[in-house]
Amino acid sequence: MTTDTTTKVVPTGETVLDARGVTMRFGGLTAVRNVDFTVNAGEIVGLIGPNGAGKTTFFNCLTGLYIPTEGEVRYKGNVLPPKSFKVTAAGIARTFQNIRLFANMTVLENVLVGRHTRTKEGLWSALLRGPGFHKAEAASRERAMELLAFVGLDSKAEHLARNLPYGEQRKLEIARALASEPGLLLLDEPTAGMNPQETRATEELVFAIRDKGIAVLVIEHDMRFIFNLCDRVAVLVQGEKLVEGDSATVQGDERVVAAYLGEPFEDAPGKDEVAEVEAAEAHAEAATDAAPGKENDR
Amino acid sequence: MTTQTTASETPTPASGMPAGLIGLPPKTGLALALGGSVLTIISTFLAWTWTAAFPGKLTIYGYPGGLQVLVLIGGALATLFCLARYGVKGLGWLVPAGADAAIKFATLATFATSWYTVLAISVDLGGLVNLEPGGYLVAVASLAALLGALALPFERPEPDPIDPDDTGWELFKHQARYKWETVKAVFASGTPRRVGKLSSFVEILIIVAVMAIGLTVFTYGIGTEYDELFIGFMITAGFGFAALNKSGLVAQASQITARHQNITICGAFVAAAMFPFTQTDDQYATIGVYILIFATVALGLNIVVGLAGLLDLGYVAFLGVGAYAAALVSGSPSSPFDVHFPFWAAVIVGALASLVFGVLIGAPTLRLRGDYLAIVTLGFGEIFRITVNNLDGTSGPDLTNGSNGISSIPNLNILGFDFGIEHTIAGFTIGRFANYFFLMLLITAVVVLVFRRSGDSRIGRAWVAIREDETAALAMGINGFRVKLIAFALGAALAGLAGTVQAHVTYTVTPEQYLFAGVIPPNSAFLLAAVVLGGMGTISGPLVGAALLFLIPNKLQFLGDYQLLAFGLALILLMRFRPEGMIPNRRRQLEFHEEAEAPTVLTKAGA
Repeated sequence: MTTDTTTKVVPTGETVLDARGVTMRFGGLTAVRNVDFTVNAGEIVGLIGPNGAGKTTFFNCLTGLYIPTEGEVRYKGNVLPPKSFKVTAAGIARTFQNIRLFANMTVLENVLVGRHTRTKEGLWSALLRGPGFHKAEAASRERAMELLAFVGLDSKAEHLARNLPYGEQRKLEIARALASEPGLLLLDEPTAGMNPQETRATEELVFAIRDKGIAVLVIEHDMRFIFNLCDRVAVLVQGEKLVEGDSATVQGDERVVAAYLGEPFEDAPGKDEVAEVEAAEAHAEAATDAAPGKENDR
Repeated sequence: MTTQTTASETPTPASGMPAGLIGLPPKTGLALALGGSVLTIISTFLAWTWTAAFPGKLTIYGYPGGLQVLVLIGGALATLFCLARYGVKGLGWLVPAGADAAIKFATLATFATSWYTVLAISVDLGGLVNLEPGGYLVAVASLAALLGALALPFERPEPDPIDPDDTGWELFKHQARYKWETVKAVFASGTPRRVGKLSSFVEILIIVAVMAIGLTVFTYGIGTEYDELFIGFMITAGFGFAALNKSGLVAQASQITARHQNITICGAFVAAAMFPFTQTDDQYATIGVYILIFATVALGLNIVVGLAGLLDLGYVAFLGVGAYAAALVSGSPSSPFDVHFPFWAAVIVGALASLVFGVLIGAPTLRLRGDYLAIVTLGFGEIFRITVNNLDGTSGPDLTNGSNGISSIPNLNILGFDFGIEHTIAGFTIGRFANYFFLMLLITAVVVLVFRRSGDSRIGRAWVAIREDETAALAMGINGFRVKLIAFALGAALAGLAGTVQAHVTYTVTPEQYLFAGVIPPNSAFLLAAVVLGGMGTISGPLVGAALLFLIPNKLQFLGDYQLLAFGLALILLMRFRPEGMIPNRRRQLEFHEEAEAPTVLTKAGA
């Protein structure tokens, strides 16, 4: 059902994000190698890959945390500035894999911080409190409340962020990112640690964000989520882009399956290895059996 | 209403355990507490000792003096709480959170103060024989009241089951932990009911009353003339405040003040401005003005540490820069510049000089995070002091007169008002230090205003965001370096502002006034302690913290060399038991919260 709706939405074609030949080296290690990648306006694009494939490194190249060793990343035709706060000001907002809210600020204040790049009032304005200051504050608050209503947190505006349940903290992080009025939203594992209902809700939220005209790039391990959601999926393996296309193409690609599950060696594992694995499994089972018993003792 | 609350707290007698800490029936205990408290009050009108060798006029019948007054106040508090516990009409408002814990703390305050007095008399004069009947009576009566209070019922915590495999040491730890839990439970109190909306006139009257009480207590504390009285004051005030806190009155008062923040702040300033009028000579106004300087600088530091989360260990240097700048342009004969700026120009020069130094020091150091920043600022603080020490004409250019400092700084003269001489206003004599007290109060008001306005704005939110999570703040488009530099420079400018007044108050500025740590505040360590002790990120926290940190060393000079040791111990204890500071940063939204959620927020928000 969901895939049907996604395929119907035709991307407008304008390129929002354009990464060309991005290579990132750390000393002798090449974490990302010559990746070309585009996100068009109105698109939801997924980026998947096994652990250690270089997803997060690539992500950091897009958010200005790293400057690519080679290649360049353009946002709406302009090369990304090398500082993460400038990238946000340019129009790319992000969320974090492990939630990074401002825990001791209220929900509303968190979103107001997200408005930072879209407001100009400096220290003098705050000290002198002219009419402009009050106007800007009121406008910011109004906009922040709209966003909270959009993600369904408007009733909890005055709660401390730390007191929200996990799923709502994720929503708040998205609202905070949206407050910077981005053209592209980068979501780093938005459903990590969520139950199926919450994942569904997140899916709806991402569609709603796309409908606002914001392109979305998602990194995710939950394959069902990704394939339901995305117009296009790119697979990153060992720093290189393996394949890119719609969900059916990617799901059917043998190389992707091989990258995730591994492929048989030239000569299939011998009996020794099989026995070794079985022994290890038996051992592990014994260990897990023993563990609860130990707890019972206490 | 009170009877309802207390009745619900009484455990069922079926439990079979003694309900109180002491095996007396609760009714007897309450009667004992009340009787003991009343007797304590009576005993304060008797003579406690026979000779005036012990200070405080404790020899007179029918007229409580010195420590007797403190015991009288404690006893009266305990009596009132006991009567409220009995359900006497019209006293229910005293104990919105239940009377038991309040009674315990009030009797504890009385007991501790009176026994301290009795022991001090015996030790000072050499033997119990020096006590008059009143002295014996107060000792017995206050002890009886305390024992009675401890017999009041409380909810015992459930002991953890004992693991039979435990070693003796573990068993001991287990029991000690349980005993500690029990002691905590003895003094635990319920959550106070919320104050209903009163008419704003009544609420403002309550605020005025709170301010008046605060001013009275503070003035009394400053004016204590001998060590014993100050220690007695600290004991009574500490336990008395705990009693009020447990009774729920403090929580209710803070709810009301939170509703009228502007009025509360104005009221606090009016109360502070009343202080010189309560003094007959200039002696205690001196302490007052030093406290204000210290408190103002601490509040400036609170922007840097409390809001932006930048640990600055060399903050006193900015006070020094301001003071030196003002001293150099003050027309002092030892200043190399032969200029005499009017005060407003000196203030601008001082604040600007500090601002420039703040930017110069901040620009390279603010690229560091956390501990590294602390170390580097500590270094810069010392560099300032040593540099100023060396700019004496032999080691460097002659600018600051080296370790002699810039002396004979003339008194201020603003619009013909000479700060150096006494003035008589409405029959009150206002001496030199009182004049400066008013000027400093004005500066404090400016700093409070700057703190409030900057804290509640786009830039203030950016500071707090940087403090909470710098990476996330950067990802939200905040230019971390720039925002931190603004906090650093603003904090420096405010300290410089206070420094300009300090230079004139102290006549002389020398490098040794601006140490990292020393016995006399303000120094960097004490400033930071005032902020942490009082409560980071609040306005009143550093003010209260600074007042205490100045007053306690100032009054406890008999401790001599052990002063810093005692002070350090007190800090460790406070941080162990109240890490969020004395006035925690209650976030505004607590107003709207369900009570169930309030406690978790309360304890953590300020920490």
